Amino acid sequence: MQEDDPTKLEDSSGVSRRDFLKISGISAAVVPILGTKLVEAAGVPVRVYGPGKVPIELTVNGKKHQLQLEPRVTLLDALRDNLEITGAKRVCDRHECGACTVLLDGKIVYACAVLAIEAQGKPITTVESLMQGDQLHPIQQAFVDNDASQCGFCTSGFVVATRAFLEKHPDPTPEDVRRGLSGNFCRCGTYHGIQLALAQVARKGA
Amino acid sequence: MPDYSWPDAEHRILIGKRISRVDSPFKVSGRAKYTYDYHAPDMLFGKVVRSPYAKAKIVSIDTSAAEKMPGVKAIEIVQKPGSTVQWAGDEVVAVAALDEGTAEDAARAITVQYHPANHMVSDAEPPAGAGDSAGPMNGDDIDDAINNQLPDRQFIEYLQQHGVTFHVEEDDIKDWKGAGAPDAVIDAIRKAEYHEVKGGGGHSAYQKAAAQTMGDPDKAFASADVVSEGLYGASVITHCCLESHGSVAEWPSKDHLMVHISTQNVSGVPAQMADPLGVPAANIRIHQDNMGGGFGSKFAADRWDVTAAKLSKKAGRPVRIMLERTPELEVAGARPSAYARVKVAAKKDGTLTAWQSQSWGTGGPGGGGMPPIPYVFNIADRHLEHTAIRNNIGPARAWRAPNHPQAAVITMGALDDLAAKLNMDPIDLWLKNLNIVGPRETTYREELGIASDLMGWKDKWRGRGQNVSGNLARGLGLSIHTWGGRGHASDCDCTIHPDGSVDVKIGTQDLGTGTRTTIVIVAAETLGLPIEAINLYIGDTLYPASGASGGSTTPGGVSSSTRHAAVDARQALFEKVAPALNAQPDDLEAVNGVVRVKTDPSRSLPWKQACSKLGAMPVTARGKNPDRTKPPDLTNSGVGGVGMAEVEVDMETGVVKVKKMVAVQDCGLIIDLKTAESSCFGALIMGISYALYEEKIMDQATGRMLNSNMEFYRLAGLHDIPELVVHMMTGKGYDERGVIGLGEPPVISPGAAIANAVANAIGVRVPFLPLTPDNVLAALEQKAGA
Repeated sequence: MQEDDPTKLEDSSGVSRRDFLKISGISAAVVPILGTKLVEAAGVPVRVYGPGKVPIELTVNGKKHQLQLEPRVTLLDALRDNLEITGAKRVCDRHECGACTVLLDGKIVYACAVLAIEAQGKPITTVESLMQGDQLHPIQQAFVDNDASQCGFCTSGFVVATRAFLEKHPDPTPEDVRRGLSGNFCRCGTYHGIQLALAQVARKGA
Repeated sequence: MPDYSWPDAEHRILIGKRISRVDSPFKVSGRAKYTYDYHAPDMLFGKVVRSPYAKAKIVSIDTSAAEKMPGVKAIEIVQKPGSTVQWAGDEVVAVAALDEGTAEDAARAITVQYHPANHMVSDAEPPAGAGDSAGPMNGDDIDDAINNQLPDRQFIEYLQQHGVTFHVEEDDIKDWKGAGAPDAVIDAIRKAEYHEVKGGGGHSAYQKAAAQTMGDPDKAFASADVVSEGLYGASVITHCCLESHGSVAEWPSKDHLMVHISTQNVSGVPAQMADPLGVPAANIRIHQDNMGGGFGSKFAADRWDVTAAKLSKKAGRPVRIMLERTPELEVAGARPSAYARVKVAAKKDGTLTAWQSQSWGTGGPGGGGMPPIPYVFNIADRHLEHTAIRNNIGPARAWRAPNHPQAAVITMGALDDLAAKLNMDPIDLWLKNLNIVGPRETTYREELGIASDLMGWKDKWRGRGQNVSGNLARGLGLSIHTWGGRGHASDCDCTIHPDGSVDVKIGTQDLGTGTRTTIVIVAAETLGLPIEAINLYIGDTLYPASGASGGSTTPGGVSSSTRHAAVDARQALFEKVAPALNAQPDDLEAVNGVVRVKTDPSRSLPWKQACSKLGAMPVTARGKNPDRTKPPDLTNSGVGGVGMAEVEVDMETGVVKVKKMVAVQDCGLIIDLKTAESSCFGALIMGISYALYEEKIMDQATGRMLNSNMEFYRLAGLHDIPELVVHMMTGKGYDERGVIGLGEPPVISPGAAIANAVANAIGVRVPFLPLTPDNVLAALEQKAGA
């Protein structure tokens, strides 16, 4: 998009769900401009991207990446298929299971429920960033020590969710853990190991 | 001959200890690569158009619009017009495109016309008198069986028992081979006995198995002190592997195929793909580093995998097809249901005297077999009838301990109701009848004692409905189970290099069960090295073939072949080192990183220096399981196991909460106690999940699965996890049996134990799993109305 674009709107993060509802609910006047379109929706000008590929910049684990993606591509698919950062897993693909958990601007999100275009301009933190050189993060070490992964497909999501959870609840009770990490699912049944891992890190502090 | 036997307890450095899973550091850091993570250069994305109808004839397929779309590189018809689809979600046509969005758009642009037919997705109790008895198969039956993915073993057994109504013609054989029938099935068709008259062949949805009567059940029931009757069962559930099924196919040359696939059967896939692709199995390479769960649903190359390979060939580029969550739940595997009306008789003291059951269930279009009931308890006087329901819910696949969890729910439920009728503590009834459980009687007796103590059973147990406080009812339940678990066929190469490094290569796979850890521990123990010294290579057909990981056969198989390979490689090393230590090869041992003389440990060489005696060439030894030339047998078969549950039921809302679970499990010699315990903890949790939540819910009107996503196909979460206690049986009586697999047994009892605990709590049987609030409330209502 053009920085000197006179029609630039304050929010450059694309079309929000609410905007989309507005647009689809009325017949809108479409004014094509360079790369994006402006749509008059319920009296408010709204910028529309696509349907073709548009430039998208993502900052993942401190590194900037320039991509050409359709606006419909999720953050998860951009990470996995375009950047080959594959720690976050695609399982349910509709924000139900937590296997794709990443941090967006420090906040925990399901990457399958965020569009890549919405994730621009905010730091994205994935499980790959937790190790320091060859050294596992204390949370990761606790997962290893307590055998908190079997097939491992949910593990990345749990590790990231645990990190975000412990930042808010540095000294959680077992009940806090049960509630706070209930947004991630495991099929092999590693929850017992995860509970022990949480107890280990909570004791040591992470 | 070197000594292959497992070292005894005093000489075990690693075996049987708690050792952290060797691949954990890769899994916790996102570095472990799975099939779904593999991104080949220039890879295309495949999407499959699936039937929206549960049963329909395909009338026409129009791909012209999709073909014209920019970015679309190949289209493959999976089922031609004229074919009949037998379940919703069945593959019809597939497309490969530059990116996933384009592939989705193209799939939507393909028009398929169907002629829908009447479907059946119910597995309700068959109406009285319904059903054909089994008869010989005609050509259409064979077509159906192949198209419906009837399991090979079932298919072959059926042909052997019932024969065919036609004389085999080579054209038909060619068609069946082309449709994917493996050689073993073709062979069985050729050998099947010819019958002139067709005796039914099973065109009814209800197929009755021959009734089985043993002993004199009528007489035994007539003379019983007490008879208990009830209804028990478990619904169809799905595997819901977190990594969905699928693969990436690429052709390095026109007749060589490379497949990255999520599979439990690395060594077996080439032979499965060879026929449908017309490529020799020898030209097909399979690779898989990690896999995100299989649970019995990933033994075969699936039709979508063959389709990915065909699309790749057409497009001249790698093609990925990984299933989306909805088809993963609709078509990629389900556990058959099983239900039964049971009548069981006993003497006043609880001695079981007679069993009678009318059971039914569905495994989809293939029907399905009778679960092994009565389970564990071999009641001599019995009468069994079973009706398989052939319907359009999609194919069944092996699900962790096939048919055993269902058999446990039915049998242990019936015995628990009988104990209640006798006013007996179920533990006493179980103990009273351990004389009819076969060779593991002593094991069960020990395990029941330990489980009872760990649960605090004697203090907590009350009679039915006797532990109620306000709306909350507490109860205890138990179940016992059995499994085989002998090691499968497995080959392993162990190489010792002159610089002291060690390779172990084996064409097995690690499902998350700890297979890598098992192999590395065995090799390291045998060579007297730390586990970090072993370079392990698995998951590729470049390595020696090893069996499919199913039926708890992997630990016994890979530990035996690895032991044989490592002992022989060690022996070859000893032969080169012996002169330097002025000893005979058989006088040497490898311990703690040195090779030394057993009787004089001061005569020793550090491992690396010892290996330098090999000269220029490494030594490689091939180990095998089984290998009768190298006694003793290192693996064994047959385990017991106990599961106990304590629950709290809110009788106003019907919500069941599991408060505590106990698993006591034997599995012969344990290689790694830590991952063994994890298997049991995981099994208890999976048990809570299928006992309380899981059900493949079919819509009778549309024939489709209603809950094919992870919001409504609910798995147990962290918030469902109660106090869990696992006790592994080790030491004398267990260790010397050799290695036995553990994947299946501990998952069998939890459902039955939880169901029994709920009956104990609320004073009435909730007949079928899952024990959802509506099922619990319905049972309570019925009790109130009775």
